[in-house]
Amino acid sequence: MASIEMRDIVKTYGDHPVLHGVDLSIEDGEFIVLVGPSGCGKSTLLRMIAGLESISSGTMSIDGREVNDLKPKDRDIAMVFQSYALYPHMTVADNMSYSLRLRRTPKEKIAAAVAAASAKLGLDPYLGRRPKALSGGQRQRVAMGRAIVRQPKAFLFDEPLSNLDARLREQMRAEIKRMHAEFGATSVYVTHDQIEAMTLASRIVAMNAGEVQQIGAPLELYDRPANLFVAGFIGSPGMNMLEGSIVSETGTSLVRLMNGTTISLGQRVDMPEGTSVTLGIRPEHVTIRPPAGGVAATVELVEPTGLGIILHLTVHGLPFKIFSSDRALLTPGASLTVGFPPERLHLFGPDGRRVHLETLSGDALSS
Amino acid sequence: MGILLTIAHRLAILAYVVFALFPLYWLLKVSVTPNDLLYSEGVRMWPSHATLAHYRYVIENSAFPIFFRNSLIVAGSTALAVTLISSLSGYALSRFVFRGKYAVVALMLITQMFPLVMLVAPIFKMLSPLGLTNSLTGLVIVYTAFNVPFATFLMQSFFDGIPRDLEDAAMIDGASRFTAFRQIILPLTLPGIAATLGFVFTAAWSELLFALMLISGNDSATFPVGLLTFVSKFSVDFGQMMAAGVMALVPACLFFLLIQRYLVQGLTAGAVKG
Amino acid sequence: MTLSATGRRPRKPFARRLADAAEPWLYTAPVLVLIIAVMLVPLVLGLSYAFRDIQLLNPFSGGFVGLDHFRELSQDTAFYRALRNTLWWTGASVFLQFFFGLILALLLDKPFAGRGLAQALVFLPWAVPTFLAGLNWAWMFNPVIGPLPHWMVSLGILSAPNNILADPQLAMWGPIIANVWWGIPFFAITLLAALQAIPRDLYEAAAIDGANPIQRFTSITLPFLAPTIAITVLLRTVWIANFADLIIVMTNGGPADRTQIVASYIFTQAFKRLDFGYASAIALVLLVLLLAYSMVIVVIRQRLIEKD
Repeated sequence: MASIEMRDIVKTYGDHPVLHGVDLSIEDGEFIVLVGPSGCGKSTLLRMIAGLESISSGTMSIDGREVNDLKPKDRDIAMVFQSYALYPHMTVADNMSYSLRLRRTPKEKIAAAVAAASAKLGLDPYLGRRPKALSGGQRQRVAMGRAIVRQPKAFLFDEPLSNLDARLREQMRAEIKRMHAEFGATSVYVTHDQIEAMTLASRIVAMNAGEVQQIGAPLELYDRPANLFVAGFIGSPGMNMLEGSIVSETGTSLVRLMNGTTISLGQRVDMPEGTSVTLGIRPEHVTIRPPAGGVAATVELVEPTGLGIILHLTVHGLPFKIFSSDRALLTPGASLTVGFPPERLHLFGPDGRRVHLETLSGDALSS
Repeated sequence: MGILLTIAHRLAILAYVVFALFPLYWLLKVSVTPNDLLYSEGVRMWPSHATLAHYRYVIENSAFPIFFRNSLIVAGSTALAVTLISSLSGYALSRFVFRGKYAVVALMLITQMFPLVMLVAPIFKMLSPLGLTNSLTGLVIVYTAFNVPFATFLMQSFFDGIPRDLEDAAMIDGASRFTAFRQIILPLTLPGIAATLGFVFTAAWSELLFALMLISGNDSATFPVGLLTFVSKFSVDFGQMMAAGVMALVPACLFFLLIQRYLVQGLTAGAVKG
Repeated sequence: MTLSATGRRPRKPFARRLADAAEPWLYTAPVLVLIIAVMLVPLVLGLSYAFRDIQLLNPFSGGFVGLDHFRELSQDTAFYRALRNTLWWTGASVFLQFFFGLILALLLDKPFAGRGLAQALVFLPWAVPTFLAGLNWAWMFNPVIGPLPHWMVSLGILSAPNNILADPQLAMWGPIIANVWWGIPFFAITLLAALQAIPRDLYEAAAIDGANPIQRFTSITLPFLAPTIAITVLLRTVWIANFADLIIVMTNGGPADRTQIVASYIFTQAFKRLDFGYASAIALVLLVLLLAYSMVIVVIRQRLIEKD
């Protein structure tokens, strides 16, 4: 078990920068999820922790020891690959024990460690098989088993579930979470799937274009996204983003949208008249047929998900989405009024950063 | 229409098979034809009685067993040496990005382009003060160098087919890169290693010009040299010559069967890169 | 470890950087040493021989003779004949190998029962050692033990069952036929691999669009094969121009130098006359000619690509 410390980590391929100075402190026992679109540098960062990619500049330390120049084999970390990377010419048992055999661990200890891991993962019937003779889910378990027999300082996961079908993925997700709760091992998990990030992480690191956008607990990213990127990336269906400009009235500020509709922020904001801003609201936070006020909208499309419905609407030509667990019979073309409760609104300034306001979403809820 | 096309297709295949096999069949036929029937029965497809006397004579009374042994030593050592060396270099070309890689590839491509016959004289001049002419060691060194570039490209194509994740996983499991190469990557390349062994063995077994130039005298003659000398000296003992020919054919055919499955993959790699 | 507190460290320790940079070279070192020692050094040495008097049996040779060898070469009628023979030998061999190889590849491309076996059998000649292929065909052409002269008489190709290898007019056909027999599998294997890389749904799409088999061949198969054809023909041409084994085994350049190609002429000069200087001069001329040929082909190919 160990802490991992990254200071101003930079990675360049030739002249092409992929990571522009990442700072991240991972505490002992944390489950950190690196999340972001493909090409954001999350896998590169993970491979740098593993020692599979060199560090262009900055320092990386594990358990207080600088590891920049340490080979992967000397870092004492385990990794689960997207492809599982099981050794095809070895049996399941040999796959799991390879690292211990390399370290010349006594035979009895190896046998005990493999037996314990295999029992935990339900792999006992397959120990003598080759990976080729296993299903996708079983291979995934072997890859996990290979990582846990070693009791390493940290676990690294590189999109370990993306080759599984939806059902199996859900099952393994829960299993990983259970194992982390049990062992409490420091883990770094890379995924592009924000549901995995939300469900597993003790803290999420949202990344985009080689830069960290926000670090925080899952609900913190959900409730108080630091910028437009995080707001758009976390949550499904995604947050509605409405561009507009600040209009001041006595006592309260409004945002005037492109189509002329105004939405009240419920308080005065300290921004000059006409500042261009983006207003965000999650689909599940828009109220349908509010008792007072509200804006007229037209239903364009209805997507039932079983759990609820996703309504695609337009408000004076501006498209946005609503999620509702109410299966109200809404057909395309229907008209209704919708409300934007001020305490659920997110406001982003011209630079795309969140504007913190007392009454706004999350800020109000947390206080 | 469809049936006619199918028949034409099978007949065409049959014609190719006959064309490919007939000369080899004829070699076999003459080698088992007794001398007294050789001229009287002319172009008959099979002699009225067959004999292994030519084989017995060749094995007991000629230097062919020595030639055979020499060729086995030369071709076997060359195949082992080339496979060992080219698996290292093929791995490097497959896995490393390094300054100078392009130059290394270019150098190896160039060696595939220029006429090897140019090297006959200078190599003779270089090897003779070292005492490596008239020596099997000299032949092995020369053949190894000649075959290593192609074998490198061949091995590279096999390594390219093995996911990098495997050695990444091994290195994280605690292996050095070289240990991962030996314990994880090489065992998975066994088909490629077999193919390379086969290609190189066949090439070394068949080489004639450098063997003719570098070897004189029976003691270190390889099979091609021995057979050719035999032919020019005793050009009437057809039965014996062909029996010796069949013997030269056997190891090459065995290796061909070994590598047959990988031919398409291997030659494609060679054709595209070499 | 004090450095870690300062954060950014632009440079790794020298030893680690050296070890990282050296790793690929450790893996490639054996190959490089061998190629340089056994191929490049002799090549350079051979180039220098072309301007020196190197005769193995003459201890006083070794002096610098400038362009003497080339002057002699320009007067050497045997060399000019060898040059013409090389063109004929290479052109006929490459064309026939390619033509029959392509047909074989197309035949093997469609699945049928026993394809694996048929493929193994038709590719077998490629495994036959070249010296043996040469001897074997020489015997086939020998009227005493071979059937071919008798068959050719029956077919009316020959008037009497003579050995064509002894006939100055026909001798070159002997090595060419042996070469075609031996070389068809190479083209067939290469083209078959290229054929199998063509996505099958292209043919289905073309068939749905109403293309007949010939249109499908010219509009899909040929364009896909073109790069493979171009590179294999280029490489094989150079290779066959240098390929003297069959000729040395079957005719040794005879009768009356009618089958002598440049490569076998070089070998004869070096091996029989032990005149390494003259042999190297011829080799240098051959190298220049082949380089020129390759350049022309590459330039033509580039032009064609630019036109598209």
